[in-house]
Amino acid sequence: MIIAVASGKGGTGKTTVTAALASVWKRPVLAVDLDVEEPNLHLFLRPESVNTEPVYLEIPVVDKTLCQRCGACAELCQFKAISLLGTTLLTFPEMCHGCGGCMRICPNGAIQKGQRELGAVESGLSQGRIPCLTGRLRIGEAMSPPLMNQVRQRMRTKAQQEELDILIDAPPGVSCPAMTAVQDADVILLVTEPTPFGLHDFRLAIRAFQPLGKPMGVVINRAGLGDDRVQTFCRENGLPVLTEIPFRRDIAQHYACGGVLTLLDAGLKASFEELAESLERMAQGEVPHA
Amino acid sequence: MVIASLTRIAVTSEGPTLSDPVDPRFGRAGGFVVVDLQSMATTYVDNGSSQVLAQGAGIQAAENLVKAGAQALLTGHVGPKAWAALEAVGVKVVQGVESMTVGEAVAKFKAGQFAFSDAPSH
Repeated sequence: MIIAVASGKGGTGKTTVTAALASVWKRPVLAVDLDVEEPNLHLFLRPESVNTEPVYLEIPVVDKTLCQRCGACAELCQFKAISLLGTTLLTFPEMCHGCGGCMRICPNGAIQKGQRELGAVESGLSQGRIPCLTGRLRIGEAMSPPLMNQVRQRMRTKAQQEELDILIDAPPGVSCPAMTAVQDADVILLVTEPTPFGLHDFRLAIRAFQPLGKPMGVVINRAGLGDDRVQTFCRENGLPVLTEIPFRRDIAQHYACGGVLTLLDAGLKASFEELAESLERMAQGEVPHA
Repeated sequence: MVIASLTRIAVTSEGPTLSDPVDPRFGRAGGFVVVDLQSMATTYVDNGSSQVLAQGAGIQAAENLVKAGAQALLTGHVGPKAWAALEAVGVKVVQGVESMTVGEAVAKFKAGQFAFSDAPSH
């Protein structure tokens, strides 16, 4: 079972919820931080014995003695990573998405595989029982999905081999990184807050994720702040609010010290245990009441 | 400084004629007015194929420019990748051209009031 914790707006509490869920998850679970531009799940789960593996993307390297300047590669590339200007062939390795199409289409075998470093995949173990995977984008790298895809590949392999459920901490927003992060999920758990910005970005997230046809549940963080428009929106759109995290100073303090919410008090622990059970039922096809 | 051998220059433009305003953007320019400096005949190259790209607009615009046979470019700003492309094929670039019509830019160029850039502007 794979749960992706996502949101439209940043800073709504995705990582807080992911860490808390990981700590009460009943079966063995792999915690994955797919917010590779600024991973932070490790600040709460504090994995140990972290192994760092650099990962690369295959990019074109053109052998200009073999190249006949036919332009097939430049025409194929949708990202302008290869450009034919007159008889001058140029490559822009930082633009490459790594599809490998240029290497296949070249009739002269003039394009070899080079490498661009995307960043690193870090794996470790939290509290001696929760395996953690994190992608960390290289500073200066413009695209996060290629690195995310490498993390996803390792995540799926590990979960399959060791029979683990997966909890994914997704990046914010509704563009390619957010869509990439929820691809594998059986259930998308959206974290929002009852503020005008929270509602605005929540609606964007619903619109972005709805076409995927996956079950979606909602956590309202900082409940009691703002107004009840998020709740009304959820009710009107058949989105089940699975739990609410109250807007409390001690929660913010605990979070700021890197504390996992379930360790703060028994009430929070119980509500996350309930949330975990609801997610499990949703993954099995049960539709909770909105 | 006008190089005598230059005959075709391109100006990034918001429209097809010499009286249209210069578009200070290169990659996302509306189009290019290509001017034959001897006859002053103009042709317009639409740059819509660059404007729609999610990335690589500057490189696509450089391709469009090279296809049009331009030997020099007058524009506002050229980014680093477009610069690399233009430099590789020897297209000379004047930057900082804005807030004037295409015709005014061409006149200033012919009068030697512009200097070619030696680096991208951002």
